[in-house]
Amino acid sequence: MVAHDSGGGGHQHHPPSGFIRKWIFSVDHKVIGIQYYFLALFSVFLGMGLSVLMRIHLVWPNAQLPSWLWPGGGQMTSEEYLALMTMHGSIMVFMVLTTAPQSGFGNFILPIQIGAADMAFPVLNMLSFWVTFLSLMVLGAAFFVEGGPPISGWTAYPPLSALGEIAGPGQGAGQTLWVVGVGIFCIAALLGALNFITTTLDLRAKGMTLSRMPLTVWAWLITAILSLLSFGVLLAACILLLLDRTAGTSFFIPGGLVLTDTPVTDHKGGSPLLWQHLFWFFGHPEVYIAILPGMGVASHILSTFARKPVFGYKAMVAAMSSIGFLGFMVWGHHMFMSGLSPYSAFAFSLLTMAIGVPSAIKTFNWLGTLWGGKIQFNTSMLFALGFVSLFVTGGLSGLFLAQPSIDLYMHDTYFVVAHFHLIMGVAAIFGIFTASYFWFPKMFGRMLNETIGKIHFWITFAGVYAIFMPMHFLGLAGHPRRYADTTGVNYLGPLDEVHYFITIAALITIAAQFLFVINFFYSLKAGQKASENPWNATTLEWSVASPPPFDNFGGQEPVVYRGAYEYGVPDAADDYVPQHLAPAKAGKAH
Amino acid sequence: MQRKRAEAGSTAVACILALFLVVFTGITVYCFVAKTWWFPPSITAFGALIDAQFQRTLIITGIVFVLAQLGLAWAVFRFRDQGQKATYFEGHTGMELVWTAGTLVLFVGLGIYGERAWAEARFNEAAPGALQVEVTGMQFAWNFRYAGPDGRWGGLRPELISASTGNPVGIDPQDVGGKDDVVSPVLYVPMNREVEVLIRTQDVTHNFNVRELRLKQDAVPGLVIHMHFNATVPGEYEIACAELCGLGHQRMRSFLNVVPQEEYDRWMQEQVAAMQP
Repeated sequence: MVAHDSGGGGHQHHPPSGFIRKWIFSVDHKVIGIQYYFLALFSVFLGMGLSVLMRIHLVWPNAQLPSWLWPGGGQMTSEEYLALMTMHGSIMVFMVLTTAPQSGFGNFILPIQIGAADMAFPVLNMLSFWVTFLSLMVLGAAFFVEGGPPISGWTAYPPLSALGEIAGPGQGAGQTLWVVGVGIFCIAALLGALNFITTTLDLRAKGMTLSRMPLTVWAWLITAILSLLSFGVLLAACILLLLDRTAGTSFFIPGGLVLTDTPVTDHKGGSPLLWQHLFWFFGHPEVYIAILPGMGVASHILSTFARKPVFGYKAMVAAMSSIGFLGFMVWGHHMFMSGLSPYSAFAFSLLTMAIGVPSAIKTFNWLGTLWGGKIQFNTSMLFALGFVSLFVTGGLSGLFLAQPSIDLYMHDTYFVVAHFHLIMGVAAIFGIFTASYFWFPKMFGRMLNETIGKIHFWITFAGVYAIFMPMHFLGLAGHPRRYADTTGVNYLGPLDEVHYFITIAALITIAAQFLFVINFFYSLKAGQKASENPWNATTLEWSVASPPPFDNFGGQEPVVYRGAYEYGVPDAADDYVPQHLAPAKAGKAH
Repeated sequence: MQRKRAEAGSTAVACILALFLVVFTGITVYCFVAKTWWFPPSITAFGALIDAQFQRTLIITGIVFVLAQLGLAWAVFRFRDQGQKATYFEGHTGMELVWTAGTLVLFVGLGIYGERAWAEARFNEAAPGALQVEVTGMQFAWNFRYAGPDGRWGGLRPELISASTGNPVGIDPQDVGGKDDVVSPVLYVPMNREVEVLIRTQDVTHNFNVRELRLKQDAVPGLVIHMHFNATVPGEYEIACAELCGLGHQRMRSFLNVVPQEEYDRWMQEQVAAMQP
C-alpha cells in the first residue's frame, strides 16, 4: 500500500551529493533526526536562558541588570517577567519536550530499529521539520515586535489572550504571533505523527513482529497516536483564538466585559471555558507525548546495562498503552477550580488516580529489570536511573493534585510547578540525556567523553532536585505561581529564603549544562571512534556501521529472529543475542 | 587488569548513587516532618477535612516514595557489576497482578475517600440564611458588594463601571435596590456565620483564593459562581489572586476580615453611613 521500495531487497540507494540536498533539505530520516535534535538543543538553551533571568528577577526584583545579560540593561518589569515565563513554557513544551524525544531520536532511530531504509514518507518528513522550524521562527519573532512576547502563559487563557493590547503589553502582536506559531507547530506535529504511525505499522522488517519491537518503538508509536489525536484539537483552538483576535468572532469572549473602565463592545456570547476544554484536551495528552519516549528509552537502557531482559515486556506495553488511553480522559483535572460541575470533577479525579496504576507498574518493572542484574554504570545508565528516581518523585505529587479537595489548596501554587517540572520537564530531559549518551556513537560515529559525562550527570541530578524539591514547600505555604515578585503579598516574605536557595541551585545546574555542549562538540571532532556495537546491545541499529550508511542496511532487508531484550541468555555464546542473529549462530536459540 | 578497573569504577559509582538516593530520601522526609514551610492553620470545618485528606495522601505517597527510592538505591548497590552473571528472567505475572491490584485499590480508594471533603465544599448549597457577598475581580483589585439594609441587590450595568468615580462594579443608579448597596475593597464577614460568595469578574479570569479558608475558585468571565464557607477564627487573612490575569497579577491582593457579629454590624453601619450624602 505504501509506495516504498525497501521490500525489494538487494538494490542500493545512493545518497544525494550536493550540500543542500544532503544537509539542508534532506529527506534522509537520520539527517532530519539530527536537524530536530539541534533545533531542540538551541531551544533548550534559549528556554534555560529565560529561566535564569526569571530566577534572578524573583530574588532581586529591583536589580539593575547589566546590558550583556538583559538587552538594554536596567530593571526588569513584571510584564517582562511574565513574557519570559510565557516564552519559557512555550519553547520548552513545544520545541524541546515534544521535539527532541520523538521527532529527534524517533526519526533517527525508529526506522533502523524496525529494519526500514527510511520513514514511510521521506518528503513529508522533511516538510514536518521545516514547518517546525518555521513555527520556531514565528514564535521567536514575538521577542522583536512592539509590546514584546505575550504575558498570558503557555496556557493562553482567554479573555486575557483574546482581547488584544487592551489586556496588557505583549497581548497585541506578540500574542498573535504566539497563536500563529503554535498553530503551525500543530501542523508539523500532525505530519510527523502520520509518518511515525505508518512507518511502524508498514515498514517493519521480516520477523519484526509487534511483540519483538523494542520498547522505544512502542513508545514512539503510542506517542505518535497521541499526537495525531491531540494536536488537531489544539490547531482548531488556535484557529478560533486567532479569529477572535483578528476577525471579530467571539468563540471565547463573553459579553459585558470592561477593562480598566473601557467596555469591550464588539464581542459577546463566547465562553472562556471552551478554550480551557480544547486546550487541556490537547494539553494533558501532551504531557505523555513528552514523557512516553523517555519511558521507552529508560526501559531500553536499563535492560541493556543491567544485562537482563526487560521485566514484564508485555506489561510495559500495556502500561504505556493505558497511560495513553487514560490520558485522553483526564483533562478536566486541570479545571477543578474553573467552575466545572463538582460531579464531573469527581469522575476526572478517579480517572486521574487510575493513571497512577500503569505508572506504578512501570516503576515496579524498572526495579524488576535491575533486580538480579549486572549493572554497568556509564553515563547513559546513570541518567536512566536518575529518570526512574525523578519519575517516582514527580509522579507521586500528582496523586495530591488529582484530588479536587486537595487541589482547593494546591491549585496554581508552586506545588504544581514542582510537580510538572519534575515529571514532564526534568524526567523527560533525563530521557533525552539517556538517549544522547547512548545513541551519540551511532549518530556521529564517535563516543562521548565518559568523565565529563559523569560530572555532568552528578551536578545535574543533585541540581534538579535542589531546584524543584523546595518548590513543593513554597506550594504548601500557599505561594501562587506566575507571580513576578513576592512583594505584593505579606505571607510570601518569609519564603524569600527558599527562593534564594532555588535561584543559586538553578544557576549552578544551568552552568553545568555547558559541560554537555562542550562534551558534545569536542567528541564530535575528537571523540574516540565508535565501533558498530560499542554497548554490546541487541537491537538492529547496532547491526550497522556507526554512523549508518545512507540507506541503513545497504539495500539488504534485515531479518529478525527474536525479541529485543535477549541479555544474559543462559547457554548463549555471549551475554547478549542480537535480534538479527540467525538461530544457528546464537548458541541455544530462543 | 582492564576488567578489574571497570569493576572498581562500578563499585564506586554504585555506592555514591545509592548513598545519594538514601540522603535525598532522608532530607525529603525530614522536610515533610519538620514542617518548616507549611500551610497556615485552617479556619473552617471543611478545611480540617481537606487537611486530613492531605495527611492521608502524604502518608501513602510517602511510604511509596521511600520504598521506591530505597529500592532503587539497594538495586544499584546490590546488583552492580562485580563480574557475576545476570539472572535471566523475563517477568512474573503473579507479581504484576499483585502490584496492579494493590496500587489500583490504594490510589483509586484514596481518591474515593477524598470525595467527602470535596462534597462538603462543593456538592452542598450554602446553608439557608447565609450572608451573601458578591466578589468581583478586576485588573488588579477585588471589590466586595453587600446588599445593604434592604437586602436587595441593585442591577449592574457594565458600561457604568468606573473605578475612578467611585462605581467600581457599575451599580445602576436608576435601580432603588442598589441605592444602599455597600461596595468595599476588603471583605468583612462575621465569624461562625455561613457566608455565600458570588464570584464574578469584569474583565479576565481571576481566582479568589484564601489560604486559611482552604478555598480557591476561578472568577470566570460571563459566569457567577457560588461558593460558601463558615469561618470560625477571627483575624485578618490575605486574599491573593491565583489565576494569571495580567501584568499586575502578583499585586492583586485584598484582605478577608473575620470578626465577631457585633463588630461586623458596626462596620456595616459605618459603610452605610459613609454613603449618605
